[in-house]
Amino acid sequence: MKRVQFSSPYLPYLFIAPQMAIIFVFFYWPSVQAIQSSFYLEDPFGFGSTFVGLSNYSDALGSVQYQSIARFTLLFTVLVTFLSLGIGMLLAVKADAVLKGSSTYKTLLIWVYAIAPPVAGLMGMMFFDQHIGPLVKLAAFFGWDMKVGLNYNDTAIAMIIVSVWKQIPYNFIFILSGLQGIPVSIREAAAIDCRSGMRRFWTMTLPLLAPTAFFLLIINMTYSLFDTFGVIDVMVKDKAANNPITLVYKVYMDGFRGNDLGGSSAQSVILMIVVFVLTIFQFRFIERRVHYN
Amino acid sequence: MYRTRLLDHVILLIGVFIMVAPVVVAFMTSTHEAADIHRNGLSLTWGGYFTETYNTVLTRKGGFTGEITGARMIWNSLILGIGFAAGKIILSMLAAYAIVYFRFKLGTLFFWMIFTTLLLPLEVRILPSYEVMNKLSLTNTYTGLIVPLLASATGTFYFRQFFKSVPEELLEAARIDGAGPFKFFIDILVPLSRTMIAAIFIIMFVYGWNQYLWPTLMTTDERFFTLVRGIKQILLVWVGSNIPDYNEAFALAILAMLPPVMIVMIFQRWFIKGLTESDK
Repeated sequence: MKRVQFSSPYLPYLFIAPQMAIIFVFFYWPSVQAIQSSFYLEDPFGFGSTFVGLSNYSDALGSVQYQSIARFTLLFTVLVTFLSLGIGMLLAVKADAVLKGSSTYKTLLIWVYAIAPPVAGLMGMMFFDQHIGPLVKLAAFFGWDMKVGLNYNDTAIAMIIVSVWKQIPYNFIFILSGLQGIPVSIREAAAIDCRSGMRRFWTMTLPLLAPTAFFLLIINMTYSLFDTFGVIDVMVKDKAANNPITLVYKVYMDGFRGNDLGGSSAQSVILMIVVFVLTIFQFRFIERRVHYN
Repeated sequence: MYRTRLLDHVILLIGVFIMVAPVVVAFMTSTHEAADIHRNGLSLTWGGYFTETYNTVLTRKGGFTGEITGARMIWNSLILGIGFAAGKIILSMLAAYAIVYFRFKLGTLFFWMIFTTLLLPLEVRILPSYEVMNKLSLTNTYTGLIVPLLASATGTFYFRQFFKSVPEELLEAARIDGAGPFKFFIDILVPLSRTMIAAIFIIMFVYGWNQYLWPTLMTTDERFFTLVRGIKQILLVWVGSNIPDYNEAFALAILAMLPPVMIVMIFQRWFIKGLTESDK
């Protein structure tokens, strides 16, 4: 904090009050409620609720459906994270290397960032449409009869493609700004020592980018877990039964379609723990980076 | 030092193609008639029905209740985007000012309480949040749409970071000249933060405009639908019609992406600055 500060008995409270009020009402209250109702079984007709201990948790974790959704979520998260990070990095390295047109490429590559996930999902639906979709026709050309919305695997692939497409610009922006932060002196030294561009990338660029890449890894994982809700919701069109969905979508389905307050809350708490662990990792890491800088 | 190779450009052009082509195709297709699209598929050429399609989408009353137009949804999206961005900036500047420039007893506790909100995104507490909104009877209101989204600390951290980088001498000088906390904030800190405010406004506007899950839960009354929230509804209305209105769907998608895309492209420099510095 500052060496010189104002001292006033009530002003700081006045300034911080709006933020704290909103956080209390819309963050702490619902979060406590989620934890609380995860231990109760709500009567579907609204006649009170019974304390059931951990059975909501064991019901969720023990169900075959939940496990298969968890497996899909894991696969989805890994694929979306690595594909969007990989493609974003490839494009950023190339955009950093070219001398001409670099800023034009930059503008054209980042604008998709501003497209909302459900809008991207809607466009995905059209491009994978049974009747008019060019990507389905392309797949048919290779003898693949793609049925997005009907076939589990085909829907999964379409969802992954749309989610990756939407996330590439984010990774691109961060890696490019990380690359441009590498001092010219280091680049020149590396260029003198090593002629192979490929080797320079692995031995010089990538280690220097590691902090950015690690930060992006966590961000991409949270993106795949949560922000893809819009993509999934639009692409499965309320027919979640035989389509792939992620854990967040299941929380939503059970809570708002199935009216299972306790079960949905227990799943929320499980997700909270996952996010909590991820975020702790992220902060620990950022702390270390700040320390070494 | 570096020789630009052809391969670099080829890779970049493929990347640009993948990112840009779907949007161009979506726009071009939206200018065709539905029957035409149904027959010939998506299109890369100008269809000539631009005015008709966009006019219909903007002004025709649709939805289940027949009360909502595209223009109304754009209006709602603007309210959400601007309201969210402005609210976020005001709240977080004030809170960051209190944390950085004042010494007070509960300061550290408050700081950690705000910090904790970064740990849990809205998505993991949707159902209880919805219940709380029901109890406060805030569903189907603009307040209910905007205010709960403000309960996260991203902006506060951003401004805290920035205020900490403001030279100490400024406050010393201001105090010698007799400026109080209000005067210092309004006459010195706010003007100094102009670029930061612009950058964070852009990020937050895009974020607010693009919200989907929360508006879906909070608004069942179609008069409060935002464009992004309305898209799902439009898809549902399609089911059952012989020739789906592909053109109108694409037109709505284009309208839903136009404002945030324009802002990101026009204010690219601020946008990148805001993004890469606030998310650290």
